[in-house]
Amino acid sequence: MDTGTFRGLITFFLIIAFIGIFLWAYSKRRKPDFDEAANLPFADDDKQPTRDKHASTTHEADSRHDRGDKNR
Amino acid sequence: MSTALEHPTYNYKVVRQFAIMTVVWGIVGMTLGVILASQLVWPQLNLGLPWTSFGRLRPLHTNAVIFAFGGSALFATSYYVVQRTCQTRLFSDKLAAFTFWGWQAVILSAVVSLPLGYTTTKEYAELEWPINILLAVVWISYAIVFLMTVKKRTTSHIYVANWFFAAFILTVGVLHIVNNAAIPVTPMYSTSIYAGAVDAMVQWWYGHNAVGFFLTAGFLGMMYYFVPKQAERPIYSYRLSIVHFWALIMIYMWAGPHHLHYTALPNWAQSLGMIMSIILLAPSWGGMINGMMTLSGAWHKLRTDPTLRFLVVALSFYGMSTFEGPMMAIKTVNALSHYTDWTIGHVHSGALGWVAMITIGSMYHLIPRVFGRTEMYSVSLIAVHFWLATIGTVLYIAAMWVNGIMQGLMWRAINADGTLMYTFVESVEASGPGYFVRLVGGLFWVTGMLLMAFNVYMTVKRREAIGLTTPQAA
Repeated sequence: MDTGTFRGLITFFLIIAFIGIFLWAYSKRRKPDFDEAANLPFADDDKQPTRDKHASTTHEADSRHDRGDKNR
Repeated sequence: MSTALEHPTYNYKVVRQFAIMTVVWGIVGMTLGVILASQLVWPQLNLGLPWTSFGRLRPLHTNAVIFAFGGSALFATSYYVVQRTCQTRLFSDKLAAFTFWGWQAVILSAVVSLPLGYTTTKEYAELEWPINILLAVVWISYAIVFLMTVKKRTTSHIYVANWFFAAFILTVGVLHIVNNAAIPVTPMYSTSIYAGAVDAMVQWWYGHNAVGFFLTAGFLGMMYYFVPKQAERPIYSYRLSIVHFWALIMIYMWAGPHHLHYTALPNWAQSLGMIMSIILLAPSWGGMINGMMTLSGAWHKLRTDPTLRFLVVALSFYGMSTFEGPMMAIKTVNALSHYTDWTIGHVHSGALGWVAMITIGSMYHLIPRVFGRTEMYSVSLIAVHFWLATIGTVLYIAAMWVNGIMQGLMWRAINADGTLMYTFVESVEASGPGYFVRLVGGLFWVTGMLLMAFNVYMTVKRREAIGLTTPQAA
């Protein structure tokens, strides 16, 4: 097997691997797992409150709240 | 630092240290950029001294903004995100502390050695071999801390941000070691083990993957945590994020040759680099769309939340510069753009628009939390900073587009008899107004960073004042 054929085969296997990853990622079976993973940024639980009464301001825009804290 | 309000589980100390140094090095690196921009407007500012000349300060600027500012930001956010999404403490506090002090030592060595004229002459890899060895040791320690923390996680999944951070850490380690393989000649001089076109190809394999993995994958790790967190909704599509990850790392590796169009590099390698660069648009935009769509149904938050605005505008600039990049990699476009200011404009639409803005947005989210508060000292100062940064970036890249296209057209213009229509110095003279506008853009950025420093200082100071009233204050 010459170098050109070898490189061609590597490219071919990489494409197959990529299609495999794509099908795996979009399979229905994986959906619940991925939903759980997607919520990881909100899953951690701060034992110690980071709310700071002294310095709390009156900005009530909802985006300012840390959802991780609210889920406690 | 006071240990009051220390988190019971996580190591926030190293995150705080890197976060503060992100702001400090941001100001230093961008101020150096402003000095260089001024030197191009007023050459007298080179001061006639070797240590303050453009050629020596320019690598100091690039190293300071990429590795000192961007690097500190990546350390801070990766340590923060890996702990919070794996719900476990860093693998080793001592090794994490070593990465902080080791990284600062590398930066200080650069601050001393680059103005003194010690350089390998490899772009973005200018540091000489003793510093490179220290950097490799620090980087391997970083990989150990990060990967072992992922290993001892208490969650079942490895969140996608950690995949991007891990790819960034591993790849940058390999790139650094391979590209800096050299034979030491004296304590501060070495020669590369590669020669000729191979050396050039290795350098730009390193150079472009530094863009792809340091400035893209690492900051995408930030994006995948801080955009959902600040928007308070999970990422638009977790499936897309997996495909995005694998596509990005499979394709980025091949794009380096577009830095060597029309050089001694074999023509087939140039064409391959061009094609892979064009394909790269797909994963880049996949990631950008994934970040943007996370905000669907929450766009109103942009009205009240300048931190979220930073994150979203960073994604817009990311989309813009990852369209511009593949376009500039096309050989016929590159024939016009290469060696002109267009390239510098493209780099800064990525570096200021994407890297710096996603960093600043992430820092405004992270800093109050690791300092025991819920919010920055002043939200309206964040809004001012946002506008300074946005206007500064637009001024910068617009000036460089005009300059770059003008320079490219002037250099290729020929008279009927085949002679060049313009001398080189005429194109330099014509670039003057653009250089001035770029300087103004840079000043907007430095002003914004100084406001950020004030805001961070006030946030930290108030936390310490409160720390004194709590019983566990140390």
